Amino acid sequence: MGELKLMKGNEAVAEAAIRAGADGYFGYPITPQSEIMEYLMTEKPYETTGMVVLQAESEVAAINMVYGGASCGRMVMTSSSSPGISLKMEGISYLAGAELPAVIVNVVRGGPGLGTIQPSQSDYFQATKGGGHGDYRMYVLAPSSVQEMCDFVKIGFDMAFKYRNPVMILSDGAIGQMMEKVVLFDPIPRRTPEEIEKQCPWATVGKKANRERNIITSLLLDSHEQEQHVFKLRDKYKRMQQEDVKFEKIQCDDAEYLFVAYGSSARICQKAVDMARAQGIKVGLFRPITLFPFPSEELKKLSSQIKGILSVEMSLGQMIEDIKLAVECKVPVNHFGRTGGVIHSPGEVFEALKSTYLGG
Amino acid sequence: MDIKDIIKPENIVYKKTKLFTEKPLSYCPGCGHGTAHRMLLEVLEEMNIYSDTVGIAPVGCSVLAYEFLDIDMQQAAHGRAPALATAVKRLMPDKFVFTYQGDGDLAAIGTAETIHACNRGENFTMIFINNGIYGMTGGQMAPTTLPGMRASTCPFGRNTEIMGNPLKITELLAQLPGVYYATRQAVHTPNAVRKTKKALRNAFEYQKLKKGISFVEIVSNCNSGWKMTPNQSNKWMEDNMFPFYPLGDIKVPQLEKV
Repeated sequence: MGELKLMKGNEAVAEAAIRAGADGYFGYPITPQSEIMEYLMTEKPYETTGMVVLQAESEVAAINMVYGGASCGRMVMTSSSSPGISLKMEGISYLAGAELPAVIVNVVRGGPGLGTIQPSQSDYFQATKGGGHGDYRMYVLAPSSVQEMCDFVKIGFDMAFKYRNPVMILSDGAIGQMMEKVVLFDPIPRRTPEEIEKQCPWATVGKKANRERNIITSLLLDSHEQEQHVFKLRDKYKRMQQEDVKFEKIQCDDAEYLFVAYGSSARICQKAVDMARAQGIKVGLFRPITLFPFPSEELKKLSSQIKGILSVEMSLGQMIEDIKLAVECKVPVNHFGRTGGVIHSPGEVFEALKSTYLGG
Repeated sequence: MDIKDIIKPENIVYKKTKLFTEKPLSYCPGCGHGTAHRMLLEVLEEMNIYSDTVGIAPVGCSVLAYEFLDIDMQQAAHGRAPALATAVKRLMPDKFVFTYQGDGDLAAIGTAETIHACNRGENFTMIFINNGIYGMTGGQMAPTTLPGMRASTCPFGRNTEIMGNPLKITELLAQLPGVYYATRQAVHTPNAVRKTKKALRNAFEYQKLKKGISFVEIVSNCNSGWKMTPNQSNKWMEDNMFPFYPLGDIKVPQLEKV
C-alpha cells in the first residue's frame, strides 16, 4: 500500500503529477485551483525529479507551452478553472488536431462569464462536445473524490499517450478544495530522453540522421486530406468507446429508479440513495467516470429494468442529453440540478426523485 | 571561362545547403523569406547543430516553413511560438530552439508571448521577419505598417491618429534584461545578406551561453502586398522602411573576457 496522506483535491493532483513522472507543468493562477501550482512550487520537483514548473503569463501561453512540451514527447500538464479553460480552448483544439498527449485539469466554477468561484458542473458541454473549434473530442475523466483526483492524473497520462490526444480531468471547486485521505501511488521515475525517443518516434527532439524530419502541425490545406485526418481522429474516438469507457454502478442491481450523476453530484446522490433505500424505494446510482466516451451501452442495458432516470447535475442540464441518447428515450429521463455555484443537498435530490416519479 | 569550368566542383563557391528539402519554395518571387530561410539553414549547417535543433513557425507566410527546412519543426497557433519555444527549451535545455515569426504574429496577436518570453530571458533565438504588412492574408495593416503606407485595411494610408503608430518592437524588447542580443538586418542585397548571416550566427552562438533571448529582426519586402515589382519593393524598403527601422545592432552583449 502506498503512502497515506490527508490532502486537498488540488494538492492531490499536484502530488500525483510529480509521482506519475511528469516532465512539466505550465499554468496560470485562478480560483479555485491555484493550490495545484502553489503545491508544485512549494514541493520543488525541479530539484528532485527534474520536473519543470512554470507560471505562464496567461492561460493562453500556458496551454501553448503544453503544446510545445507535448510536441517533444514529454509528459506535460496544465490546470485551470472555467474562464481560464475557455482561454485554453484554442490550444486544446490545436493539441487535438496535431494529435498531442496532454493532461488538462479543469476545476470547474459557476459561469458563464466571470461567474462565481463556487463549484459547478456547467462546463460539461465544453469538455465533452469539443469546446474549441473543429471536429474533435477530449478523453474526459470525472473524479468524485480526492483519491480519484490523484489516481486520474496517472490514468490521464496513460490515456493521453495511448491515444495521442488531450485528456481532461473535469473536477469542480468542491473536490478541488475539500480534504480527504488519499493513498498515494508509488513514484514512477521520469522517462529518460532515450526512452522518450523510443516511445514517441514522432516527437520533435532534433532530426537524427537515421530518420525523416518530424513535424508537429494541425495544418492540412487540402480539404480532402483534412477530411481523412478527421476520419482518423473519429476512429480513435471510437476506439476509446470500445476500450476505455469507465463507470460505477451503486445499488443498481434491483433498482427501479436511477440517479445518473458524476463528480460531486454523484457523492450527493449516494447519500440520496441511502435515504431512499431507508424508505424502501429501490433507487440506484449510475456514475459515469468517463464523460467522453460516455458509458452509453451500460446505461442502455440498465434501462430495461428502470422506470425513470433523474439526471442530477450542478447545471441547467447538460449530461441529460447524453443520457437520453443512451437510453434512446425508452425510459423517462428528467433533470434536477442547481446552478451558478449552488450545490444541491441529498434531501433536495431525494425530494426531486419523489416529486418526479413517485407522486410527491 | 567556359561554363564547364565554372561548374567544376573545385570552382563552386555557393551551393544549395543540404538542409533545404527538394520542395520548391511557395513564397512569392522576390520575397525575402527564401533568403532568410537559406541564411538560417546555412548557419545551422556550418555550426553542425541541425540535428539538435527544433524550429517553431506559427501562422502567416512562414506557416509552411517545415515543408522547406529539413529539421524537426513545430507549427504553432497564431502568435504563440514563444510559448512553445519556452517549453521546448526548458524541457530540453541542451537543444537549439528558434522561432520564425512575422510582424503580425510577433508584434500583434503574440505580443504578450513575445514580451514575456523575452522578459523571462528564455534561452532561445527569435527570428522576426518585418515587412510591415500581413502578407498571407492578402495585405492588411500590421502593427509595423508605416505612417501613410497603404494596406487593404488602411486603403488611404495608415492614419496614425486613428490607427496608432508603428511599433518598434525590437527596440522595445531590447530594453528588457532578458534579451541578450538584439539586432536588425535585411536580406535585399548581397552585403545585407552577409550581415544577416553573421547576425544569425551570433544569435545561435549566444544561445549556447544560455543568457537570454537572441533576437534577429530582418526587415523584408512584400512585393505582392506592397503591389510592386521585387526591385521596386527593395528600393522602396531602402527609402522608406530603413529610415524608420534603421539597420544594425540594437543590443550587443558585453562578453566577459576569458
